[in-house]
Amino acid sequence: MQFTREGTTLKRWICAGSLALALAGISASARADGDWNAVLARASGETVYWNAWGGDERTNAFIAWVGDQVRDRYGVDLKQVKLTDTGEAVARVVAEKSAHRDADGSVDLIWINGPNFLSMKAKGLLYGPFAQNLPNARYVDTTAKPSNVTDFTVPVEGYESPWRLAQFVFIVDSAKVAPPPRSLAALTDWIKAHPGRFTHPDPKDFMGASFLKQALIDLAPDKARLLEPADDANFAAETAPLWAWCDAVYPSFWRKGQQFPANEPALIQLIDDGEVDFAMAFDPAEAAAAVEAGRLPATVRVTTFADGTIGNTSFVAIPYNSPHKDAAMVVADFLLDPATQAHAQDIRALGAMTVLDLNKLAPEQKALFADLPTAPALPTSADLAKVLLEPHPSRMTRISEEWRERYAQ
Amino acid sequence: MAGGWRRINAARAVAFLLLGGPIVAGILLTLLPAFGFLPALGGESFSLAPWKRLFAEPGLAASLRLTVFVGFASSAAALALAFAVLARVAGRRSGGAVEGWLAPLLASPHSAIAIGLAFLVAPSGWIVRLLSPLAGFATPPDVATIGDPFGLALTLGLAVKETPFLIAVGLAALRQFPAQAQLRAARTLGYAPAAAFVVIVAPQLYARMRLPVAAVLAYGLSVVDMAIVLGSSHPAPLSLMGLRWFLSPNLDDVFIASAAATLQLAIVAVALLVWRAAEALALRMLVARARSGMRSGVLEPLARGLALAGGAAVGLGFASLVVLVVWAFAWRWPFPRAWPESFSFEILRRATPRLASPLGATVALAAVSTLAALALAVACLEGDDRLGRRGSSALLYLPLLLPQLSFLFGVETLFSALRFDGTFAAVAWAHGLFVFPYVLLALEGPWRALDPRYARAARALGTGPLETLVRVKLPILAGPLLLAFAIGVSVSAAQYLSTLFAGGGRVATLTTEALALVDGGDRRLSAVFGLMQALVPFVVYAAALAAPRILHRRRLGLVDP
Repeated sequence: MQFTREGTTLKRWICAGSLALALAGISASARADGDWNAVLARASGETVYWNAWGGDERTNAFIAWVGDQVRDRYGVDLKQVKLTDTGEAVARVVAEKSAHRDADGSVDLIWINGPNFLSMKAKGLLYGPFAQNLPNARYVDTTAKPSNVTDFTVPVEGYESPWRLAQFVFIVDSAKVAPPPRSLAALTDWIKAHPGRFTHPDPKDFMGASFLKQALIDLAPDKARLLEPADDANFAAETAPLWAWCDAVYPSFWRKGQQFPANEPALIQLIDDGEVDFAMAFDPAEAAAAVEAGRLPATVRVTTFADGTIGNTSFVAIPYNSPHKDAAMVVADFLLDPATQAHAQDIRALGAMTVLDLNKLAPEQKALFADLPTAPALPTSADLAKVLLEPHPSRMTRISEEWRERYAQ
Repeated sequence: MAGGWRRINAARAVAFLLLGGPIVAGILLTLLPAFGFLPALGGESFSLAPWKRLFAEPGLAASLRLTVFVGFASSAAALALAFAVLARVAGRRSGGAVEGWLAPLLASPHSAIAIGLAFLVAPSGWIVRLLSPLAGFATPPDVATIGDPFGLALTLGLAVKETPFLIAVGLAALRQFPAQAQLRAARTLGYAPAAAFVVIVAPQLYARMRLPVAAVLAYGLSVVDMAIVLGSSHPAPLSLMGLRWFLSPNLDDVFIASAAATLQLAIVAVALLVWRAAEALALRMLVARARSGMRSGVLEPLARGLALAGGAAVGLGFASLVVLVVWAFAWRWPFPRAWPESFSFEILRRATPRLASPLGATVALAAVSTLAALALAVACLEGDDRLGRRGSSALLYLPLLLPQLSFLFGVETLFSALRFDGTFAAVAWAHGLFVFPYVLLALEGPWRALDPRYARAARALGTGPLETLVRVKLPILAGPLLLAFAIGVSVSAAQYLSTLFAGGGRVATLTTEALALVDGGDRRLSAVFGLMQALVPFVVYAAALAAPRILHRRRLGLVDP
């Protein structure tokens, strides 16, 4: 009986939550329609606790730089709360909601995407919609970079604001592979012609899973289907081309497809050792950074498939109970500033690809990007072709399990 | 009856409690979930479900075959190679020098040797790089020379690490009986050198090495750290399958993990019995051969070949350490170059902030666990002296024979029930479980060999028992005490599973960090951690070997020959 009663209470809370959310949404759009200057005025003197994964030193340094900038320009004090897993921040907001801390939460801004965004949005834990009202939002690329609008198949709808782009790329040694294959069919031919020189990481690592996703999309007869949740009836038919491809090319793989490197860094080591000629990454600047760090030869280059490769966007979102929403929006807007985006794309700073559409920029803003230092291993935005949407998350777990059953026994 | 309990060695009782307590509780708390009982996770009654799941696991049979092969092959190889080397040095007076030479290999953790060995024997490793001008390799051969599905690389790694260990143990054992004189006598009776060693010395030597050999077998059957570096993942040795389930985010996997750990315990127990039977059989065959008067030189080529292989194993061990140094300071070293293209301190500089805390933890854990173990061992042995008898140590050596996986999860359960898990003290205690037996093993021989007349003379002159211990016995035994301390430090520094479990993942040492980096890609960073891991115990070892010569420079009789 206890159980039922609690269930009812929970339902009531959810209803109340969505009502509050709707009201917040209305006031936000009213505010943005009114005066961004009022937002700036309220933001000044506030502290923003940005909960962001802290595992990458370059990203931490970039966030510290953003902190200096927003303090000088807007009087906003930015503090990074370094997470080992974004789920920690989600759990904190969930805990605060169940403790009825609805106005004085401890998280003001979260670096988020994919499943964490889906779960916070579905539970009504996010403030918004706010993203489309940020002054710099008009520069965001919403056509060639669909992941800015649809986050792992979940519509963004203004509940998070983009700040950096990740895209699946191949790293090839140009001294050995020239010209690089630009489609899965061409890659297949290359693998068969050069046995033992290609592999992908183990699919229990996200990089290995990403390769299978990429192949799945390229092989799928109906690509739109992949954006829907997986169902039992179609799963076998949808994945049959992928397994047929694996069966056909694994004999020509490194170690004949009997062994797979554990993850992306292990594959990078293999290409450096000359054991394979391809590596893959989800950060287009990874190759240039690795050359800089002495981990790859200077001859490596980055390439994608001509029809595009899967990509996803990193966003920032504001929890519903943040006490400093104005200041958080100021930070989100600053991240979209063309000058900030150009600095983020600078290989010496972060080397993260921009989420903006360069064609929407004024000539002097465009020049900021044109003036960035280049490195032979660093692709330009034009090199990266089109970003394809991630398949629905429900499919990937099943694909990894099925792969394990087929190829890891 | 007051005299009754005074006959009990209090220190031994404490040792039994401190070591035996967690081990017995640990085994019990692993056995219960193996049979489905773990109320915290909904296992309210006993069942065979975990076992059914384990035996239904695809690849289990392959994993068991691999486990048994690696354990027996590596132990037999290490024993044969060590005996072949011992046969060469048994007739000479150079034993002490050999021991000094082996110190770096004895001090290095298994995982550091494994990391270095992987850099040597990988398809793109140093050996292939050195051979490639002759073989004409432009790219590394596409052959799995590490992580091979047969476990050959893992077997090699274990043999490389255990051969020097058994040589060192054998050199100490050779001093306990007049092997040299016996060999000389046998030679004058017309025995060829190898035959003399096999028939006369080997059986006496082996009888004194049973425990270390059994420990090597148990370790090889349940190895985790070296398997992470050199073992294959499909099939994985049973120890790695069990560890993966213990660390799985799916809490229900604790049941199957416990069943795997229990199976591991059973395998080690049966293997030790099989090994014991093989010993008896080998002895019977040897006696028959001896009675037949075998003394010819038929064994010579085999003995020479094995001794050469033993030397090669030791050489590979050293090369593993050297390649760590080279990679730690290399900047670019592309295949197939035999030597790095460029060197840099950059990797070391970048690693420094990451090294500091694990280094501190390693040193502190080694110091605390070893000093405590040493104090307890001295108390045990001194207690024996005062009671005028020899206490049995057999049970105290149990941690050397048990697979670590079979009780460390239970120890973690126990510690967390006591709200003690994840603390420095918990990890130091867990290290102590393995440090203490080695310290006792190292100290027991020299302590018992100490001439009792020194202490008796001191007492006769009116010195109290404590003062006799502190001012007479301990100074005379300074050398063995320091060596025992160094051995303890190297055991503690090498601990992986015990740090992982008792530390709840929150205590990072050089060894846990080095193994976490194995899959991480940057070989140069791996090399820095592997090198640091080997360096800490080696410095202590070198100091322990050098100190008596300085301390006792005016007392030649106390300096080891």
